[in-house]
Amino acid sequence: MSTISLEPKTLVAENNQVVNESVNFLNHDHSVSSWLLSLDHKRIGILYLVTITLMFLLGGILAGVVRLELLTPKGDFVASDTYNKSFTAHGIIMLFFFLIPSIPAVLGNFVIPLMIGAKDVAFPRLNLLSYYLYLIGGVIALTALLLGGVDTGWTFYTPFSSTYSNSYVSVMAIGLFVVGFSSILTGLNFIITIHRMRCPGLTWFRLPLFIWALYATSVVQLLGTPVIAVTLGLMVVERTLGVGIFDPRLGGDPVLFQHLFWFYSHPAVYIMILPSLGVISEVIATFSRKNLFGYKIMAFSSVSIAVFGFIVWAHHMFTTGMSPYAAMVFSLLTFSVAIPSGIKVFSWLATMYNGSISYETPMIYAFGFLGLFTVGGLTGLFLATLGTDIHLHDTYFVVAHFHYIMVGGAIMGYMAGIHYWWPKITGKLYSQFWGRLSAGIIFIGFNLTFFPQFFLGYLGMPRRYHEYPDEFQVLNVFSTAGSSILAIGYIMPLFYFGHSFFFGEKADDNVYGATTIDWTSTTSPPSPHNFEKTPVVTEEPYHFRLKESAVVSH
Amino acid sequence: MFDEFKWLPEQASTIAPEVDMLMLFIVVVTVFITAAVSILTIVFAVKFRRKSETYIPAPMHGNVPLEIAWTFIPVLICLVMFSWGVKVYSNIVVPPVDSLDIYAVGRQWMWKVQHPEGQREINTLHVPIGRPVKITITSEDVLHCFSLPAFRVKQDAVPGRYSSLWFEATKVGTYPLYCSEYCGTEHSRMIGKVIVMEENDYQNWLSSGAESGQALQGRKLFAKLQCVTCHTGNAQAKAPNLEGIYRKHIPISHMNGKKMPESTIVYADDAYLRESILYPNAKVASGWESIMPTYQGLVTEEELLQVIAYIKSLNQGQTPPRVDNTPTPAAIQYKNLNNEVK
Repeated sequence: MSTISLEPKTLVAENNQVVNESVNFLNHDHSVSSWLLSLDHKRIGILYLVTITLMFLLGGILAGVVRLELLTPKGDFVASDTYNKSFTAHGIIMLFFFLIPSIPAVLGNFVIPLMIGAKDVAFPRLNLLSYYLYLIGGVIALTALLLGGVDTGWTFYTPFSSTYSNSYVSVMAIGLFVVGFSSILTGLNFIITIHRMRCPGLTWFRLPLFIWALYATSVVQLLGTPVIAVTLGLMVVERTLGVGIFDPRLGGDPVLFQHLFWFYSHPAVYIMILPSLGVISEVIATFSRKNLFGYKIMAFSSVSIAVFGFIVWAHHMFTTGMSPYAAMVFSLLTFSVAIPSGIKVFSWLATMYNGSISYETPMIYAFGFLGLFTVGGLTGLFLATLGTDIHLHDTYFVVAHFHYIMVGGAIMGYMAGIHYWWPKITGKLYSQFWGRLSAGIIFIGFNLTFFPQFFLGYLGMPRRYHEYPDEFQVLNVFSTAGSSILAIGYIMPLFYFGHSFFFGEKADDNVYGATTIDWTSTTSPPSPHNFEKTPVVTEEPYHFRLKESAVVSH
Repeated sequence: MFDEFKWLPEQASTIAPEVDMLMLFIVVVTVFITAAVSILTIVFAVKFRRKSETYIPAPMHGNVPLEIAWTFIPVLICLVMFSWGVKVYSNIVVPPVDSLDIYAVGRQWMWKVQHPEGQREINTLHVPIGRPVKITITSEDVLHCFSLPAFRVKQDAVPGRYSSLWFEATKVGTYPLYCSEYCGTEHSRMIGKVIVMEENDYQNWLSSGAESGQALQGRKLFAKLQCVTCHTGNAQAKAPNLEGIYRKHIPISHMNGKKMPESTIVYADDAYLRESILYPNAKVASGWESIMPTYQGLVTEEELLQVIAYIKSLNQGQTPPRVDNTPTPAAIQYKNLNNEVK
C-alpha cells in the first residue's frame, strides 16, 4: 500500500520534537506588525476570523433587536425607522461581512495551502490586500450605520433606494462596492492557487472535496461579484446625479434593478453554502473513517450547483408581473439545483453507512447540518413551484427557508469547520462536552426560532413588518424564545475556545486520524512555511488506515 | 393572544383550494424525505458508531443502481411539482374575460381603490361573491405588493407599469389585505381589508354615495387635457379614432422613431393605452403623424386610470364634440420633468 506523503510518519515524528515545541506560525514573531502586515495565509485567515466574529456578534445583536420587537404585535420596542434600519443592517452585516467571507476567507485561507501541499496561496500580497479591502469596506459600512443607518432592506430595491430613501444608502453602497473587491480578489487568488500550487501527485481527482467546493465558490465570486458592484454603482449614480436608470419617473425600469441584483445575489447564496458542503464532506469522511461515497459525482455536483446558480435568479421575481412563460422557464431551472443538492445528502448518508462513526463536536454539528440543510433545501421546492410561490413570496415562509439554508446550512458548516480545524490552527484541544452541548443548543434554538416562521408565512404574515396583526403573536413568541436559546449556543464557543487557546491540552498533529495532508503532513499548529519537505501524493483522498497517532481525545 | 391563533389561513377564493392541495402534496413529499434522511442519520450514527479504535471499515466507492435511483426519482418528483405548479399558476395569472375590473394604486403608505362605477376607497376593497374580479395595479412611488393571503394571490405594484391579479371570492366575510413588498417607514401599516359581499349588497354599496363613474371622470379629463382636439373621431381628426379601440389589434408604423415592417400590430390593452398617453412616440398607429405631446408628469396615476376607463367605454359615435372654452393644450404646460423630481 502506498503512503500519502514521503514517509509521513518519520517526517512528523522527527519534526514533532523540533518544530512543534519551538517554532510555529503563531509564535515565531509576536510583534503587532508581524500580524497586521503578515503575508502568511494562516495569519491572514486568523485576522479574518477575529474580524468576522466581531461582525457576527454585531449582526446577532441586530437580530436580537428585530426578534424583541416582534415579541408583541404593537411596535412598542423601537420606532418603525429603527426597526427597518435594524433588519437592513442585520442582513447586510450577516451576508456581506460574515457569511460570504466566513468559510472561504477564514478556513479557505488557512486550509487550502495546507490541503494542497503549498507554502502559501499564489499571491500572498494580494491576499493581504483582500483583507484590507474587507476591513475598509467594513469601516465604511459601519460608518454608514453610525451616521444614521440604511432603511432599504439588504436588497436595495429601486426606486425606494435610489430616489425615496432618506438614509445613508450611497455610503453603504460604497462600502459594499469595496468589500466586493475583497471577495473578487480572494476568489481569483484561490482559483490560481488551486490550479498552480498543488504538490506533486495531487491531481484534480485526488483533491479533497473541500478544495473542489472552494474552487466552485471562487468561480462564482469572481464572475458574480462584479455584477453587484456595477448594479450598486448604477443605483448610486441615479441617487446622486439623477440619471434615469431604475426610476420610471426618470425613464428607468425598477425591475431591471431586480434582475441585475439577483443575478449576483442568487449565486451569492451558493458562495455561502458551497464551502459549507465541502466542510461537511471532510467531517463526515473523517469521523466515519470512510472514503466519500461517489467522490467524483460529489465533486461535479459542487460545480453544477455553482453553474445552475447563475441561471435561476428570476425565481425571486415571480410576482413582479414578469412574462408567465419566463416564470415557467425559471421555475423549471430552479428545480435543477435540487438534484445535485439531493445527491450530496444521499451520498453523505451512504458514506456513514457501514462506517466507524465517532461523535466528536464537528460531527455533531454535521448531524445538525444534515437535518437543517435538508429542511432548507426541501422548503425551496415550495418556492420553486409557481402555484405555491405566489402565495408564499415575500412572507415569513421565505425568511424561514433562507435562514434554514444560510444559518442551518452555511453557519452549521462553518461551526463544524472551525471545530474541525481548531486543533490544527491553535495546536490545542477544546472541551468536547461543551462543544457538543453548544451544537445541541444551536440545533434546538434554531428550530424553535425558524420552524414557526413556515407557519407564519403560510398564514400570510409579510416580511419586514414592524407591527403585525394579533393572530400572528403565538408563533412569533416561539420564534423570539428560540432566538434567545440560539444566542446562548453561539456565545458558548467564545468561552470554551478562549479557554482552549490559553489553557487547552496540546493537540496531536493528526488528532482525528484524518487522511488529507493538512493533517498528515503538518504539525499542529503548522510551521511558518507549512511543510518541511514538499509532500508527494500517491493516492486518492480519504484512504483511511490504522495509525498509532489516531487516538481520539474525549 | 391564543384566542386569535390559527394554524391555517382562511380559504376564501376559488384558487385557494387548488393552491392548498398543491401545498399539501409538497408537504407530504418533503416531510417524507426529511423523515427518511433524519431517521437514516440517527440509525446510521447509532448502528455504525465507533466500537473499536483499531477498526477501519472497508471502503465503498459507489453503487450505480442506488445512484441512478437517487438522481432520477428526485427528477421525477420535481417534474410533477413543476407541472402541477404551472397548472395552478396558469389559473392564477389568466383572468376570465368577463371579470369585474377594479383598479388599485399603491403609494406610501396606502392603497387607493377605484371601482368603474366611480366608488373610491382607501385601504378597503369591496367585492361581490362568486364573480371573478380583476384588479389592475400600479404604484405612484416605490414598489408595493397587493397581497391577499385568504385568496392565495399577490401582485407587485410597480411604478410605471400595470400588472394585475384576479380572484373569485367564495365566502362572504372580511379578509386581510397586506402590502408585502417593503416600501419604507410605515410598510407594516399599509394594510387593509377586503370585504366580500353578496351581489345585492355589493350593488347597494356601489350606488350609495358614489361619485360620478370612473369613465365619466375620464370623459371630463378627455376634454380638459385636450385629447378631444385631435382624437375627434371624425374626418377632420389629426389623430386616430379611439372609439371601440380597446382590445383590438392595431397596425403600427413606428416604434420609438424606428420604422416597423408593414404587418406590425399591437394589442390595445390597458398597458398599451397607458404607454401611448405617457410615451406617444413608443408605438405610433399606422397612417398617423407622431404629433402627440407626452402627458408624463401631467396626469396622476388615478387620472390616467380614469382616462383609460373612458377610452374603454367609448363606443361607435360617442366621441364628444370639442368645446371651445376648454383651456390651452396640455402640451404647452409641459415642464421639464427633471425639475419635478425630488
